[in-house]
Amino acid sequence: MNNRILEVEDLSVEFSTYGGDVKAVRGVSFAVTRGETMAIVGESGCGKSVTVQAIMGIIPMPPGRITSGSAKLDGNELLGLSPKEANEFRGIQIGMIFQDPMTSLNPTMTIGDQIAETLVVHRHKTYAEASRQAIDLLEKTHIPEAAKRVTQYPFEFSGGMLQRAMIAQSLACNPSILIADEPTTALDVTIQGQILELMDELQRTENMSIILITHDLAVVARMADEVAVMYAGQIVESGSVEDIFYESSHPYTLGLKSAMPSNIGDRDKKLTPIIGSPPDLFSPPHGCGYFARCPYAMRMCEDMQPTNFSVQRTEDHHARCWLQHEAAPAVAEVSQSNQDKDNAG
Amino acid sequence: MLVRTEQLRKYFTLGHGQTLHAVDGVSLQISENEILGLVGESGSGKSTFGKALIGLHERTSGEAFYNDELLPARFSAEDHLNYSRDLQMIFQDPYSSLNPRMTILEIVGEGLRIQGKHSTADIKEQVADWLDKVGLNADHMSRYPHEFSGGQRQRIGIARAMIIGPKFVVCDEPISALDVSVQAQVINLLEELKQSMGLTLLFIAHDLSMVRYVSDRMAVMYLGTVIETGPTNEVFFDPKHPYTQLLIESNPEPDPRLEKTRDHIPIKGEITSPVNMGAGCRFADRCPKVMDECKTVTPETISLTDSHSVSCHLYQ
Repeated sequence: MNNRILEVEDLSVEFSTYGGDVKAVRGVSFAVTRGETMAIVGESGCGKSVTVQAIMGIIPMPPGRITSGSAKLDGNELLGLSPKEANEFRGIQIGMIFQDPMTSLNPTMTIGDQIAETLVVHRHKTYAEASRQAIDLLEKTHIPEAAKRVTQYPFEFSGGMLQRAMIAQSLACNPSILIADEPTTALDVTIQGQILELMDELQRTENMSIILITHDLAVVARMADEVAVMYAGQIVESGSVEDIFYESSHPYTLGLKSAMPSNIGDRDKKLTPIIGSPPDLFSPPHGCGYFARCPYAMRMCEDMQPTNFSVQRTEDHHARCWLQHEAAPAVAEVSQSNQDKDNAG
Repeated sequence: MLVRTEQLRKYFTLGHGQTLHAVDGVSLQISENEILGLVGESGSGKSTFGKALIGLHERTSGEAFYNDELLPARFSAEDHLNYSRDLQMIFQDPYSSLNPRMTILEIVGEGLRIQGKHSTADIKEQVADWLDKVGLNADHMSRYPHEFSGGQRQRIGIARAMIIGPKFVVCDEPISALDVSVQAQVINLLEELKQSMGLTLLFIAHDLSMVRYVSDRMAVMYLGTVIETGPTNEVFFDPKHPYTQLLIESNPEPDPRLEKTRDHIPIKGEITSPVNMGAGCRFADRCPKVMDECKTVTPETISLTDSHSVSCHLYQ
């Protein structure tokens, strides 16, 4: 059996707008290992949500367009399926939960009916059977008094309980992958802890793979086995969670890390923001997308797209940065020479 | 003390004989040039407290003092005009807090215009100056809010509050809508302004790690009451109230080795709604160390040291 449950190769997605085409995802490749959690990290607009929406087949087309790439689930191609074919895996083999549970659930249907609907549509259960199973699913996600709660509407649930209900719904057909798009961003830190714990537990009991999309490095540290860091529509660094945190090799990853507050250590240490803003994806830069904000930028970075170098130390660690080229100067030298230039200029 | 409250209360009447105790007897002091971090979950009443403090909500009871002067419970139009010179607010949502039909010049310059002491040219000059200070291009002042990103809008909100030259600013979750790299920019900006203008800030947030970075002292709120206050590092590394302990424990650290080896014991249950509250500790139903008296007797505030106090029966 292949160890990789999902393999994404060179995925590109564009959106047509009045202002031109937005190149939201530009050649993204990654793989998810069975039973593990892969985190996709990045800031708003970096293309992390569009990437998983493309895999899930929920990008509205038009205006969206998948211009290249493939995504294979257990060897079966997911991209370019007809809506009918897509329904064979969507919601069955891949479940998805969203950032804002309040707007993702139907406000005019009871929680129980929404969960049951999944089973009626995909598993051809009778309504009565499906409703009974909805109670079991809510219990699995530790919603107290599940039998009473299934008859309630989303507005009667708190944010944390809604997220549990949405997880219950996504688990209805025993998916092999759960895609969680910023599942805890809208929640308080105490409730975030509960939801992450629940995801951990379900991963163990159901043997699920998880794709976790987040901007929060602390959540990544807690949950992920593997990490992909996205910037301006590309994966700029990927590797095991240890590689990304302790052997960070792309200047953007380093930048994110030094902008994050820590709970331990010296609090007088200043946070270092990343100056500037991400590039315009209507006309992405020819060279490295991070060039304009990078403290280590070299002349070649402006014009030449960096290759996805494999970082020396470990096999699966990659960084899309010219500094990884064998002829590149060490990071310290570049930063020194850039400082000299700034002082001179 | 620049700002002080005594048993400040703000209730909302819901109808059907129900009352929501949003802020229920909060006494806090903030000294000059200090940043007080106010943390708590959503629904704990921290934003309502901030608004009631500077007259954006009418107080139900209790007192609020600015420079030892008692602030009116309900601000008249004239009070707003007078006090807004010294008391300002930065709002949480940079999208809904800027009027989409006003230009940046109008938004940032409005406070000066209302004061009526500045010429149009003078206002324009000061707006340009402030846009520059918060890191925005002064040439953009004729643009509208929708032309800016979230981080830029938040800076417009900061410029609007600061242009008046306030002494005390309530920052209501000023960074929670922003990306990580931008959060650090805004935090550093606030820190700089605090130094250069001698500002005093009430920094309301639910992100504990950020509060640790900015605040000198912190206060923890739960269901309308302050349950612990103290110097930031003391509360952070030696929390006394069981709620503070759980809150700090559930805050993840961006370090995988640490995160994957420590025990995760999530706090059970959820914050209830503060409708028709009775006596007893408000955290009793979720507290792992709950005792019988917690359910019936409201705990008093106990000073553990000069600066660190806690409201919990464990320390009576």
